[in-house]
Amino acid sequence: MANANKDSFSRTLLVVVGLCLVCSILVSAAAVMLKPIQDDNKSFDQQKYILEAANLLDTRNLTMTKAEVKKLYDERITAKVVNLKTGDFVKGIDGNTFDMDKASRDPKNSFVPKDDIASVKRVANDAVVYLVRNEQGKLETIILPVKGYGLWSTMYAFLAVKPDMNTIENLVYYKFSGSGETPGLGGEVQNPKWIAKWNGKKLYDDKGNLAIKVTKNPAEAMTVHGVDALSGATLTSNGVQHSLTFWLGNEGFARFIEKVRKGGLS
Amino acid sequence: MANAKELKSVLTGPIISNNPIALQILGVCSALAVTSKMETALVMTLALTAVTAFSNLFISIIREQIPSSVRIIVQMTIIASLVIVVDQVLQAFAYDVAKQLSVFVGLIITNCIVMGRAEAYAMKTPPMMSFMDGIGNGLGYGAILLAVGFVRELFGNGSLFGIEIMKKISEGGWYQPNGLLLLPPSAFFLIGILIWIIRTYKPDQVEAKG
Repeated sequence: MANANKDSFSRTLLVVVGLCLVCSILVSAAAVMLKPIQDDNKSFDQQKYILEAANLLDTRNLTMTKAEVKKLYDERITAKVVNLKTGDFVKGIDGNTFDMDKASRDPKNSFVPKDDIASVKRVANDAVVYLVRNEQGKLETIILPVKGYGLWSTMYAFLAVKPDMNTIENLVYYKFSGSGETPGLGGEVQNPKWIAKWNGKKLYDDKGNLAIKVTKNPAEAMTVHGVDALSGATLTSNGVQHSLTFWLGNEGFARFIEKVRKGGLS
Repeated sequence: MANAKELKSVLTGPIISNNPIALQILGVCSALAVTSKMETALVMTLALTAVTAFSNLFISIIREQIPSSVRIIVQMTIIASLVIVVDQVLQAFAYDVAKQLSVFVGLIITNCIVMGRAEAYAMKTPPMMSFMDGIGNGLGYGAILLAVGFVRELFGNGSLFGIEIMKKISEGGWYQPNGLLLLPPSAFFLIGILIWIIRTYKPDQVEAKG
């Protein structure tokens, strides 16, 4: 019988080692061979949502091909890396390849925020901002990436503001960690109707204090600083508020925003 | 080679008469998680069918060689490798759906259907039949997932495969969606109702009362 001693110690070891070898080759081959396609998908996905935040395309009714989207992105969007502590641009890092999440896991290039209201845990010293120019090359919109914890997941969004750094154009949620927010409730952060409510709202009051507020009070939601909260999704709405408060605050883009206001981009 | 009749029973048996979810009550966890939309339910079905079929195939091929002392871990290694490969393929070729399925593809590793078929069937059956058994059980899993997904997406969101069927009030239509259906507990009720229907139709599935 060929299998008479299949339970012997050496035989067991042989089968296990052999199997592990075969499986690891299979898994690594799949991972390595598919990596370029996956990276391409990721950057395409991100570019799509940046263009959506810039009001240059609609991801729900995408009629452009992949190449057209890339061309539009290259023409209109410049990705720049900003140091959060100084608010200055960092030279020598390509904004299109810089990965904020990866950098935030590196203790040398990141810090633990003192007032972590958005539960981001660690923040990279540098952040990417996207500058949107019109066909004549004039700066039209600045897009800041924001993220924060909602009810179930970390929610990633692009906040598009006008060059006055006060008027909101768009708030586009594009990625959720884990299984995302509850569909139909918190998941409505991606509903175009809700996104439209952000257009034209002002981030700061006359004194320059952050005043944008996701609110359940209908009277407040009518004001220039108020956005109607999502019904049935208090914690997701709070998460949106906290993300904005954090990323526009001192440990976020505050210094960069200040510099842009003083004319740092012109 | 097995005859056609046996092949048919292995392929179609798990859909109603020996359904992995409805009769064996396996793999319920993912059935709750991915059925709020038809699209995710369908992709999850394909992913699970591929993993079950190929894990059954490979385990069956080496079943004579697997030492019984480490057989579970050997099965797990094969299943885990296949799941990672499937996950990588989805991320490369169906990125949007992979983004929605997120952790649940990885959780196929712990799906009881895959383990159950490997241990109960593939360990003692030749490769081709094991492969077919994997496909059959994937179909059985998929039948329940799609049925649950159909009800949840249609009545919870007024659409099917993302195409609007009933216009929601919030978008200017007439349909008031049932929010409960979008939450995982609703899948419990739906699976319960499905089991009830199947057992009314096939009373032999009802467990004997103690």
